[in-house]
Amino acid sequence: MIAPAIGRANLEVFADTVLELARQDPSIMVVTSDSRGSGKLVPFGEELPDQIIEMGIAEQNLVGVAAGLAMSGATVFAVSPACFLTARALEQIKNDVAYSDHPVKLIGISAGVSYGALGATHHSIHDFAALRAINNVGIVVPADNFETREAIRAALAHARPLYIRYGKKPMLDLHSPDTRFEIGEAIVIREGEDLTFIATGEPTGRALLAAQNLEADGISCRVISMHTVKPLDMEALLYAARHSSAIITVEEHSIYGGLGEACAAILLQHGICLPFKIVAIPDDYTVTGDQLEIFDHYGISAAGLSAAARDLLAKG
Amino acid sequence: MRTLQRKSIEYRKTILRIIKAANAGHTAGSLSCIDILNVLYNYVMDITPQNFSSPQRDRYIQSKGHSVEALYVVLADKGFFPAAELDTLGRFRSHFVGHPTRKVPGIEHNTGALGHGLSVSVGLALGAKYRGSPHRVFTLLGDGELAEGSSWEALMAAGHYQLDNLVIIVDRNRLQITGSTEDVMGLEPLADKFAAFGCAVRSCDGNDVEALTQALEQLPFVRGKPNLLLAQTTKGKGVSFMEDVARWHHRVPADEEYAAALRELETAEMTL
Ligand SMILES: Cc1ncc(C[n+]2csc(CCOP(=O)(O)OP(=O)(O)O)c2C)c(N)n1
Ligand SMILES: [Mg+2]
Repeated sequence: MIAPAIGRANLEVFADTVLELARQDPSIMVVTSDSRGSGKLVPFGEELPDQIIEMGIAEQNLVGVAAGLAMSGATVFAVSPACFLTARALEQIKNDVAYSDHPVKLIGISAGVSYGALGATHHSIHDFAALRAINNVGIVVPADNFETREAIRAALAHARPLYIRYGKKPMLDLHSPDTRFEIGEAIVIREGEDLTFIATGEPTGRALLAAQNLEADGISCRVISMHTVKPLDMEALLYAARHSSAIITVEEHSIYGGLGEACAAILLQHGICLPFKIVAIPDDYTVTGDQLEIFDHYGISAAGLSAAARDLLAKG
Repeated sequence: MRTLQRKSIEYRKTILRIIKAANAGHTAGSLSCIDILNVLYNYVMDITPQNFSSPQRDRYIQSKGHSVEALYVVLADKGFFPAAELDTLGRFRSHFVGHPTRKVPGIEHNTGALGHGLSVSVGLALGAKYRGSPHRVFTLLGDGELAEGSSWEALMAAGHYQLDNLVIIVDRNRLQITGSTEDVMGLEPLADKFAAFGCAVRSCDGNDVEALTQALEQLPFVRGKPNLLLAQTTKGKGVSFMEDVARWHHRVPADEEYAAALRELETAEMTL
């Protein structure tokens, strides 16, 4: 059993990737809302000052302007903390980007509970739910550096509106560089028959660690990185449901309206009923602290997920 | 006045101490607005732990929520909670998080996303008028924050409803995270913009407690108009190497920097 290596923060990988791409493609524009430092985009601004536009602390304007730039032929990355981008500017996302169908790449940085101790104003645990209910916007949540790089590259060619969100902490490397990445196509990180962890984003590494722990107890777990929350990879989900005895979904989001509920709805509508658990953030006064302390508190940890798996299999 | 000046220095030392201990915080913005909070809480506003549940108390809404350390330190000094609780700043499950929340005694409203406080304050000021209560509503805004369009929606309403019981203070330190406000998204001519929205506008040195007390001595500035005080401040005020330097927005001082900062503040205290 090899422990995965620790990579960099997805935030940094995004910034490097978009700079690399923008050097070759002058149509790429990055738009920020006093967020270039938080987005690690200072080097981008220094090297390609004509390809970055500052809007000040005005997220609604940011998204509206991004739509206008996209209509003018630019390939636009609108970069702002996920909490403000998807709450403050929700109507701009709905009408100016999604409904009007301009392929803006909405980049939600420091997402989920990455801003842990800054409090709930800075958490985005509503964004999957809000955007899942808006037609014509995809949701991609990279779990590691590889997925981040590939998601940004894939976003360039993607003709529809897209929301990509990630956090600030260094991530475990989960994939080999020759792994295939397509938006809408889940990646099986590990095979197993007893239980499947379906995870998205930063908790995915923790699901993998849980699977490795459980292996020592003779419990064999499949781990799927469901990096695209919308559209969901139904095939991967149904295959997992038919080839394991239980499913646990894991996400850095509210228990409502996210990955877990999306999976449950699909399974039930396909007549599949199996032991199933959603591990996410409950509807409560969200605890504050470091992101990983919050994860541990809500069982989004190797220990918490291992316990949840044993529990679910025992009940099943 | 000497007492207020001494308090400002004490507050600055405590702000730095708790940020250093938490290893996180909005250092320069708290130092920028601490003199304003000092004068508001110790001279202008009628808000105490004793009257906090009275409907007649004045109201304070900190729209620039990120400078919460300044607010925590003043509330501790006013006796809203034991000062020792400040040491839990940023810790797991502590209510002393990086933005104001009502879980902390003395705080009226949860803020932290910029561009909300003025609307809520307009609501409070309208509420006071409707109830015929003489209390006043004070709110503190960042200058970078003014790029949020909602601030101007609220200002329009404040002027329209002639809310002279509303006191809007802008911490005009000319910096935001990325750099100078005028480079990021120009605000000038700011006083003219506020006046055009129907405010009675005054300006003063926002790091001078005497100037602040004088500016806020007579409220309303003009009957029937919202009061707007442009507090001309220096971000990072009181620590020479933090003053007017953008990167101190949320930087935590290293050990040597912390020691040097305390030395400067202690010298200032001795020469008072
Ligand atoms: C809606 C929203 N967008 C972005 C932020 C992130 N943010 C926190 S402080 C800050 C800069 C604030 O600048 P300013 O208002 O000038 O405050 P000060 O200089 O007094 O610190 C930003 C962009 C936020 N808290 N809320
Ligand atoms: Mg400022």
